[in-house]
Amino acid sequence: MGEDTSSETRRVEKLLDSVLESADDAERAALETARELGFPEDDQHKIGMAVREAIVNAVVHGNRYNARKKVHLAVASGPDHLAVTIGDEGEGFDLASLPDPLAEHNLLQQSGRGIFLIRAFMDEFEVRRRVPGGTEVRLVKYLDKKQ
Amino acid sequence: MSAKLSPRQVGDVIVVDVSGRITLGEGSSNLREGIRGLLTQGNKKILLNLGEVSYIDSSGIGELVSGFTSVANQGGQLKLLNLTKRVRDLLQITKLYTVFEVYDEEATAIRSFV
Repeated sequence: MGEDTSSETRRVEKLLDSVLESADDAERAALETARELGFPEDDQHKIGMAVREAIVNAVVHGNRYNARKKVHLAVASGPDHLAVTIGDEGEGFDLASLPDPLAEHNLLQQSGRGIFLIRAFMDEFEVRRRVPGGTEVRLVKYLDKKQ
Repeated sequence: MSAKLSPRQVGDVIVVDVSGRITLGEGSSNLREGIRGLLTQGNKKILLNLGEVSYIDSSGIGELVSGFTSVANQGGQLKLLNLTKRVRDLLQITKLYTVFEVYDEEATAIRSFV
């Protein structure tokens, strides 16, 4: 499934440093667009949280806080949706290899819930390789929740 | 605002009023150090009052779980009080709501410690 940009009405791109504070910048950018689109407050909270989790993954697991590597953020809106793309310059990861945080034996693990929460809060979640390197995730939320 | 912890003694229970954001970085490390400090001082009955926690992320949830297991491993109990709707929802979708003992009234929570 590729990114369909034909229905985008607005697109903001930012290059962020590999620091945790970048989650604040990204959340702000996503929420500004979400508010403009008219997302209810509860959905705004979910979008903000999903974006923060994805940025933290890019900074911590992707770029490993490497100051020479950047996080690539794009916030795009269409008439009925918000799409946030977050790319890192890391080594990539295998989505299928991530443990299920809801499995009985994983419930008391300290970490491993970030992507689970992104999936729970957004309507679409895609992971793909970036060119020339790294991982890119795309998060989409629809104004009328897609069933 | 990163998480701020204010412990107070009620009988033999330590009630920790937590406020602010529990997110990766200062917020989650404040919570980790706070619980660790209470355990070091010999406190094994800990009630976290999360009523003023405005935001918690997956790292914050991880610290709650880590605190829960650390206290249990020392033979103690860590329980939760006054969850906001958002924190409650998060614990429910992560299936942790049934792992923690959660209370809405402090007096009831205090009495539940054995």
